[in-house]
Amino acid sequence: MSPSVLAVAEHRQGELRDASFELVTAGRELADDLGGDLHLAVIGGDTEGFAEELSLSGVDAIHTVAYGEEFNHDVYTQAVVTMAEELEPAVVLMPNTVNGLDYAPAVAERLSLPLVSDIVGVSYTDRFVTTREMYGSKVETTVEVGRESVALTIRDGEWEPTEEPGEPSVDEFDVEIDEDAIGSSVTGFEEVAGGDVDIADAEFLISVGRGIEEEENIALIEELVEATGATLSASRPIVDNEWLPKNRQVGQSGKSVTPTVYLAIGISGAVQHVAGMKGAETIIAINTDPNAPIFDLADYGIVGDLFEVVPALIEEFQ
Amino acid sequence: MKVLVTVAEVSEVDEAFEVSGTGIDERYLEYDLNEWDDYAIEEAVGLSEAGVADEVVAVTIGPERSEETIRMALAKGADRAVRIWDDALADQDLLDVGTKAELLARVVEEEEPEIVFTGVQAADDAFGATGVALAERVGYGWAAVVNAFDLDASGGEASVHRELEGGIEELTDVSLPAVFTIQTGINEPRYASLRGIRQAQRKEIAPKMLSDLGLDADAVKGELELTEMYVPETESDATLFEGSAEETAGQLAELLREKGVVA
Ligand SMILES: Cc1cc2nc3c(=O)[nH]c(=O)nc-3n(C[C@H](O)[C@H](O)[C@H](O)COP(=O)(O)OP(=O)(O)OC[C@H]3O[C@@H](n4cnc5c(N)ncnc54)[C@H](O)[C@@H]3O)c2cc1C
Repeated sequence: MSPSVLAVAEHRQGELRDASFELVTAGRELADDLGGDLHLAVIGGDTEGFAEELSLSGVDAIHTVAYGEEFNHDVYTQAVVTMAEELEPAVVLMPNTVNGLDYAPAVAERLSLPLVSDIVGVSYTDRFVTTREMYGSKVETTVEVGRESVALTIRDGEWEPTEEPGEPSVDEFDVEIDEDAIGSSVTGFEEVAGGDVDIADAEFLISVGRGIEEEENIALIEELVEATGATLSASRPIVDNEWLPKNRQVGQSGKSVTPTVYLAIGISGAVQHVAGMKGAETIIAINTDPNAPIFDLADYGIVGDLFEVVPALIEEFQ
Repeated sequence: MKVLVTVAEVSEVDEAFEVSGTGIDERYLEYDLNEWDDYAIEEAVGLSEAGVADEVVAVTIGPERSEETIRMALAKGADRAVRIWDDALADQDLLDVGTKAELLARVVEEEEPEIVFTGVQAADDAFGATGVALAERVGYGWAAVVNAFDLDASGGEASVHRELEGGIEELTDVSLPAVFTIQTGINEPRYASLRGIRQAQRKEIAPKMLSDLGLDADAVKGELELTEMYVPETESDATLFEGSAEETAGQLAELLREKGVVA
């Protein structure tokens, strides 16, 4: 085994995703801890173009595998496993994106590596020490790894992306993809969530979460929206329940929004929700739970029952 | 065809709680069916109602207490259940993904289902990896974060949508046998009917110890060690409005006017 790090870049529809640049930062930090090199794997799509864009400071080598246009988990698993078997890195570093969820566990299994997913911190002195959250971000934990090599997936947005150019070596990695072992095929993409309003354009969003409890109670929030001239958005459970249409969902799998004011009512602030609203200029939360993670982000807050506060707020504007 | 669905009981913490050592005291925990698994159960039971699945088997890793949760799966229409537990598991603070996959793999090998549904993640430890790790371990195909599932049983293939970031879905065909990790919103999970709850009492929950699965305690010695748990330093610099509902609403209204978003 060498004290190196192998990080796997991510792209979609012809573009590298932010996660790739964050992986470079996290990977470089770990490689420094280990005293080794940072290798990047670039698989599929415009590998040459991607390799050029990923020629960043701190990257020692880029290995490309020109196979397919888009992500396919069977191809990724095979390519990363073959590369890891040859390079014998101490760490295989992958993103905890939706695609990461689709291949990282398989890579860890095939290489018989322990997997620590969705980490928000990591260091190595004489062993790997990772930081993860549990119970919907209410607690943080330290998880230590009892092995010399490990597979890790990093949470989006936790590491600053690396942008400074560098001069890594670039080579085409020779991997024979076993086509018989490909059990899945990506046949296309579909965009969802079109429709009447674009919450991404709104200046003032009032967003409702599971704290509203019942579909009937949405009317209360709609009344507030009416009284203030705001636009209504929601967290995922509201959309899952079909109480509001998909185009109102804020978050990782919904829309990213950047309003002047984001008022989150009965929303806990799960990481996938926060991914879509952290860019708001001013964040305000109404929540009964003073420990709800949304308060870590909020500029203003009311620790209180929405069924008392919202009617009083409606009064204010009538 | 047989469908297996993995079900986890997850713990949720109360609004007020304390960390002691590397865990949260029982007093502050409540247990419930994992939200994602509820959708996985519905997807499985749906196949049974459509006449595609002959049998739906639910499998869980959990102590005796978790029978309450697995009965929810039975009450919603699963035919029988398997519950894996052992003192060697009770001794672990944190079950790593590999261990869970190994235990579930033994059951998959015994039951030989055509389809396995799991949740995308468990709400408490949120590893989000067991389903895909399981697939790999038993040599099945898979798809993660599935929010639409369409089965061509005779063709031995499922066409699914995987929900990517930013409102984009990937359309993928997966050959069976396969594991699908199910995302919330894919269907509308039913409530257990009274009749279902009564029937569930009579359905089998087969307990399995490590030895029943052909494993020994070494097989569950994880490689991850939970060494610390703490409430993170609050990064909050939020101004909290204090007072009655009327008072706090008054202050908030003033702020909204100040920000110029309400006239
Ligand atoms: C791959 C993936 C993608 C996802 N994408 C998204 C996404 O795009 N958007 C998204 O939102 N989620 C997404 N999620 C789900 C996310 O993890 C959370 O489950 C979800 O955001 C929780 O929504 P919530 O805050 O409304 O509900 P909860 O977490 O249940 O929070 C409800 C809150 O309401 C408070 N409350 C209860 N009663 C009251 C009351 N009377 N007054 C005031 N407050 C009250 C509670 O204290 C609690 O904090 C995704 C998950 C996964 C795995």
